[in-house]
Amino acid sequence: MGLDTASLDSAMLKTKIQGLVKSFGLPRLIIALFLLLLFIIAPFAGLNFFTGLSDTFNRFGMNAVLVLAMVPMIHSGCGLNFGLPLGIISGLLGATLSLEFEFTGMASFLMAIVFSTPFAVILGYGYGVLLNKVKGGEMMIATYVGFSSVAFMCMMWLLLPYDNPSMVWGFSGEGLRTTISLEGAYSGILMNFLSLEIGHLKIPFGMFLFFALLAFLVWGFLKTKTGTAMTAVGSNPVFATASGVSVDKMRTLSVVMSTWLGAVGIIVYQQSFGFIQLYMSPFYMALPAVSAILLGGASVNKASITNVVIGTFLFQGILTMTPSVMNGLIQTDVSEVIRIIVSNGMILYALTRKQEATR
Amino acid sequence: MKKFDLKELLVNNVVTIIFVVICAVSIPISGYSPSYLISEVITRISRNSFLVLSLLIPVMAGMGMNFGMTLGAMAGQIGLIYACDWNVVGIPGMVLAAIISTPISIILGYLCGEILNRARGREMVTSYIIGFFMNGVYQFFVLYLMGSIIPIASQSLILPRGYGVRNTVNLIGMRKSLDTLIDLRIGGVQIPIATFIVIAIFCVFFLWFKRTKLGQDMRAVGQNNEIARDAGIKVEKTRILSIVLSTVFAGYGMIIYLQNIGTLNTYNSHSQIGTFSIAALLVGGASVDKANIRNVFLGIILFHLMFVIAPLVGKNLIGQAQLGEYFRVFVSYAVITLALVLYEMRKRRAAKLALMEEA
Repeated sequence: MGLDTASLDSAMLKTKIQGLVKSFGLPRLIIALFLLLLFIIAPFAGLNFFTGLSDTFNRFGMNAVLVLAMVPMIHSGCGLNFGLPLGIISGLLGATLSLEFEFTGMASFLMAIVFSTPFAVILGYGYGVLLNKVKGGEMMIATYVGFSSVAFMCMMWLLLPYDNPSMVWGFSGEGLRTTISLEGAYSGILMNFLSLEIGHLKIPFGMFLFFALLAFLVWGFLKTKTGTAMTAVGSNPVFATASGVSVDKMRTLSVVMSTWLGAVGIIVYQQSFGFIQLYMSPFYMALPAVSAILLGGASVNKASITNVVIGTFLFQGILTMTPSVMNGLIQTDVSEVIRIIVSNGMILYALTRKQEATR
Repeated sequence: MKKFDLKELLVNNVVTIIFVVICAVSIPISGYSPSYLISEVITRISRNSFLVLSLLIPVMAGMGMNFGMTLGAMAGQIGLIYACDWNVVGIPGMVLAAIISTPISIILGYLCGEILNRARGREMVTSYIIGFFMNGVYQFFVLYLMGSIIPIASQSLILPRGYGVRNTVNLIGMRKSLDTLIDLRIGGVQIPIATFIVIAIFCVFFLWFKRTKLGQDMRAVGQNNEIARDAGIKVEKTRILSIVLSTVFAGYGMIIYLQNIGTLNTYNSHSQIGTFSIAALLVGGASVDKANIRNVFLGIILFHLMFVIAPLVGKNLIGQAQLGEYFRVFVSYAVITLALVLYEMRKRRAAKLALMEEA
């Protein structure tokens, strides 16, 4: 009798665990365990656990907003935002304009966001209208819209009449430099704001707060009437049309939001990095953001703020920890290879999942 | 019913027309002599045709542009590395490289096809990500395993640290060995007759293949999966085969491409091949669901003409060669974007028309 209940219990536990694994997603579980392992063996590789954690936190704050930029478009059914470079370009325009007008400190950070907003709205609107014309093929076209716009802006960075000497090439006096220092402008403005330091552990609360604010706005928006309509468009366009929601309008709105978040995302990234990177640098920036949100458990047509947080933490954690741990252990830096395989493998996994194939 | 429609003709060939205009305007500005341009175009045709031709088979099977052709390119490069390692030069070296690349291409192509079968309707974006993913695996093998676990005899191929293949592999023993196999010069312009013969054989093979049972099956699958299945065609198998064939030929194409260039950039040569080959094919008037041999050659001529003259045009117009280089990158991506958008819009219009006829 007792034996029976025990075996029954263990069977129940087994199904429970299986269910948990299923809901959590196997790849996510593997990556999470891998990251945990990295943190555990870090001390043996001569690495301080808390330093590793601090670096991860820092990179989390740096990248989280870029990952958040995926959410609106996934909600409205536009798929993964491979066109993130378009948002990044708006951000770069805002950032360079803010420097051109010689704003400093916090003002330069805020003005960069303010300046980038009209670009994000206009570019995002055009991008949204384009994506409405190509329903079903969004992701491939988004990728190439991103690429073309980056290449186009490469020409523009050379031609636009910027003349702040700290930004243009010294010898010719025209054309922006490939990297522009943010010293004196908004370098570290969020990173050092409300930053808490306990021994080796450094927690950048300022960046966390800023991300939390944006995440809260997105979350709140999705709860409003418009937000619900957007989700409806994503999950069932036919039903949404029947209940009087304009599918195209909702999709365009979501694309504008994603583009704007991308713009803010890159500005946050820059303030932590300390430099503005122009020209080809935004080229492959979409892929890490896409794989981060997928790693967080999002799928091609479903994403939440939790996915963003978990995904960014896991992804950036792996990115921070593998190079140092691997280097310490086997004197070989295979981290680049691991990064490529993990991030693209994650995207492949999401693209091939059965339930999404018949959307 | 089917009357000559000028507007339709213009819309369907807009990409080609744009290119003809760009080339017509830029050639005089560049100031290159006609004989230089002709010899350049001949070189580029011999260099790239085989690669671009390898894209035709998946289009026939309805799988779109095979961005996964980079997999074949990687296999070809591994073949070349071994041919170099064993010091087999000239034509035998190329044949050896081709022989080594074949099984690797088959395995990679099979994998790619398997994955694409799980990602119906989004083959292109998936094959694009597979390219990135496999690049990681390729790097892992070539940069870390070769010379440490996978034996490489020649020390001159290995990085100074003791394992991993050097960033550039000199193919001096193989350089232009196929191009100059039959020496023919017309007015000082060297004509790579042997390469053209190989390309011609491939073209004939492709035309013959279209008429075989397998070729017919592929076309049926490309037109409609369900009807093909009802007709007793193994849809999944046929789709995989089309990708395997494309990958194998892309590998051979890469070997031909690199023997013309003469050096192998171990970690870069393959990365842009997919984009440029696909752009060339699209410039030639192909679309995602229709491509033929004429598109290949017209596309290569127009696309590479633009590629050759762009830097000098930029220099003559603005005084910056860099601008021209960015311009050609922009054009390659913009062309793919435009062609994809036009294709999706046409597909939607056709679907709408079919719906209206049903009603």
